[in-house]
Amino acid sequence: MARKLPRRDVVIVGLGWTGSILANELTDEGLDVVAIERGPWRNTATDFNAGYMQDELRYAIRKDLFLRPAQNTLTFRNNIDQEALPVRDFGSFLPGNGVGGAGVHWNGQTWRFLPSDFRCRSHLVERYGAKIIPDELAIQDWGVTYEEMEPYYDKFEYLAGTSGKAGNINGKLQEGGNPFEGSRARDYPLPPLEMPYGPMLFAQGAREAGYHPFPQPASNASRNYTNPLGIEMGACSYCGFCERFGCANYSKASPQTTILPVLMRKPNFECRTNSEVVRINLDRLGTRATGVTYVDAQGQEWEQPGDLVLICAFILFNVHLMLVSGIGKPYDPKTATGAVGRNYAYQTFAKVEMFFDNKNFNPFISTGAMGQCIDDFNGDNFDHSSLGFVGGAGIMCAGTNARPILMRPTPPGTPRWGSTWKKATADNYLSSLYLNAQGSSYATRGNYLDLDPTYKDRLGRPLLRMTFDFPDNDIRMINYMADKAAGIGKHMNARQIVPHYQKKPYDVVPYQSTHNTGGAIMGSDPATSAVNKYLQSWDVPNVFVVGASAFPQNAGYNPNDTVCALAFKAADAIRTRYLKNEGPLVPA
Amino acid sequence: MKKISGSTLSRRQFLASTVVSISFASTPDALARSFSGQLPWSPFAADPPTPARPGPWLFFTHDEAQTIEAIVDRLIPGDDLSVGGKAAGCAVFIDRQLAGFFGSSERLYMKGPFVQGLPQQGLQSPILPSERYRAGIATLDDYCSKTFSGRTFPALAPKEQDEVLQGLEKGSIDLGDADAKTFFELVLQNTMEGFFADPIYGGNKDMASWKMIGFPGARYDYRDFVNKHNQRYPLPPVSIMGRDDWGGKG
Ligand SMILES: Cc1cc2nc3c(=O)[nH]c(=O)nc-3n(C[C@H](O)[C@H](O)[C@H](O)COP(=O)(O)OP(=O)(O)OC[C@H]3O[C@@H](n4cnc5c(N)ncnc54)[C@H](O)[C@@H]3O)c2cc1C
Ligand code: SF4
Repeated sequence: MARKLPRRDVVIVGLGWTGSILANELTDEGLDVVAIERGPWRNTATDFNAGYMQDELRYAIRKDLFLRPAQNTLTFRNNIDQEALPVRDFGSFLPGNGVGGAGVHWNGQTWRFLPSDFRCRSHLVERYGAKIIPDELAIQDWGVTYEEMEPYYDKFEYLAGTSGKAGNINGKLQEGGNPFEGSRARDYPLPPLEMPYGPMLFAQGAREAGYHPFPQPASNASRNYTNPLGIEMGACSYCGFCERFGCANYSKASPQTTILPVLMRKPNFECRTNSEVVRINLDRLGTRATGVTYVDAQGQEWEQPGDLVLICAFILFNVHLMLVSGIGKPYDPKTATGAVGRNYAYQTFAKVEMFFDNKNFNPFISTGAMGQCIDDFNGDNFDHSSLGFVGGAGIMCAGTNARPILMRPTPPGTPRWGSTWKKATADNYLSSLYLNAQGSSYATRGNYLDLDPTYKDRLGRPLLRMTFDFPDNDIRMINYMADKAAGIGKHMNARQIVPHYQKKPYDVVPYQSTHNTGGAIMGSDPATSAVNKYLQSWDVPNVFVVGASAFPQNAGYNPNDTVCALAFKAADAIRTRYLKNEGPLVPA
Repeated sequence: MKKISGSTLSRRQFLASTVVSISFASTPDALARSFSGQLPWSPFAADPPTPARPGPWLFFTHDEAQTIEAIVDRLIPGDDLSVGGKAAGCAVFIDRQLAGFFGSSERLYMKGPFVQGLPQQGLQSPILPSERYRAGIATLDDYCSKTFSGRTFPALAPKEQDEVLQGLEKGSIDLGDADAKTFFELVLQNTMEGFFADPIYGGNKDMASWKMIGFPGARYDYRDFVNKHNQRYPLPPVSIMGRDDWGGKG
């Protein structure tokens, strides 16, 4: 039996990036906020300890900080003709768990989407006509413009101490920055990180090829920094244990290093850990949330009533909670109706390996987000009229580490063990590089999320079911990018250039990215979106669903700057509009 | 909204209940907690790794250990680049991993039904790594003694051992239910983990693999070297436990 707790103003599900941002904003407004987090409490000094954080086996291979599938997972298939089976060990993506969420062990690559990304369909139709869009794609506009997003991007980048070089300030192009980016109000709060040898060679090669290289925007602090909340960050030490690890130096932006020291001291905030929300409770009509029910680690069930419920549980669990709670209409791929689960998308990658003679890149000297990039082929920054695909990719030299269990490249044809393998490993470890093409992932009718009919989680709820394969459009796009990247490689004088093209089917085993998107997408039409432009549920207006679940499709960038900007945007709408009139912010 | 509701009360009620139910959970970390009003802090709290301790095998029998030692010594043969897998401690590493949470798939989703899936859906098997080793070694030794007139894997000549391993890798040797390919992939993965992981886990003795490739290990601060392009990093590797010449064990 659930034990009932006293009502709170705001109940937040999950205390990761978006939950922390919203909790801090809404406690500033004087609201009484409780955040319920399924994982443990985590802090820098005890959990990301400089004495033992550099442990590849524990953190990167055995995935100590991540969600464990025994606690929760999902099932996967490529299309509706296959039977979905459980992801028994996470591989392709690695959801976070515990206070800080995936903000603890992300890389810090901090990208704004392009102005045209937010008007994906309208922009393409205006520029090329409707027939440029392949039939298989279900791309939509976001219902929000870049100009509306700009102040919130700025807020997140200043919160996080992002290090970079602006390319466009108030419409004026800036030497050394990204000339394709949308106009920003001011430069990054910190200058770019130092550049190691590999990215510098790439920038030279890209310039020779006629492109426009610039340093990747990084939420790895290039200098000591005090953020607008007064929280101090230390300078990054290029430690090479960034992604999959917590930062022991207070240099990587995370809820721990940028928000929690202020948030936790507020008397009107409470965080409950090791407590997993099992559903959002609705009133009899199903149009108002009354709170949430959660189960704590001791197995006790609690009912937490609240006036406003913010689902900040990461895209996969946002959608899962909506489906198990009956918020919104589930998507049906056969009729393409229903909004919850619709337009699940991902990120499309290709990679080019390069082997050099007589070079030493010291690839272990690295951060999660340093490197050089070009945006000449991202979004619609280039003419698509005769290419046979839409979308694009950033191309970059941004190796994040050279931790040797996972990162020891050998040329193709090398055996995987024995003396020959060993010699090739020793010969190439310091002298190889790779380039990445990080591409858009466009939604289709058949890629979606729903509930699995067979498999259950430890609490007896159906698992989320993912149905996903790469659209042919995206395969054509990313392999075009692989060739462009290899072309830059030629200018870098590598001994051997090895493009790794992307192919179908999508495989849930090798790590690709934790850039899952969609399923509770934003838009201006309740028939084709689950939330409005403020991330408020169309169906249950005292529920906001915050995260990459709101992306109608994914752009050729990492998601988190946009995810956190959307969290600030939702907070602003709640503070300035919702509290005055607790109903739908946009008429349905 | 906008009124501060009875939060103190709720917190107290919540805490009282957690105290009552402490006996259900094994470690304090796994308990539900409530935090409010301050940044939680407990002095000297930390969660350091548990180093592998020398001593007898924890998982393998004597005979199993001999087979695994022979395998890791062919996957990573000793030569002028480094010691071999056995001397580097890879078998000890695997033994300790199998005796711990890895061996029992404790962190994985292990609910049925178990259905043979497509490769892109990942391994779908109720067999635990510890069980896979036990069955794999037994069937391999069986296969070897049948094929090489009574000699088990450790007794084969290095060239014969390599041929057997290649057969497992390619799937041309059939170990029946023990699933030769999956067994081989698991052993290869764990051997490489042991060779390249921090020495605290029992493999990579004296940081042999890190010295071989030029990885400085747990150093954690390269600010003074990031701008020194195309130069060899001058300092030797260091483990989480330190180095021999620091008086710790490296
Ligand atoms: C390895 C890795 C690298 C990444 N690198 C980058 C990068 O370089 N750049 C970038 O832009 N993005 C990156 N990301 C993505 C980035 O981390 C996410 O965009 C970001 O963390 C999303 O914020 P969120 O609040 O939606 O989810 P999270 O930060 O994950 O927080 C969600 C929280 O909700 C909790 N939760 C979930 N379900 C429940 C429930 N039922 N009850 C209670 N609590 C629950 C979870 O435990 C978690 O703490 C990376 C992610 C990973 C995993
Ligand atoms: S690379 Fe920098 S930001 Fe990342 S964990 Fe290391 S010190 Fe922290």
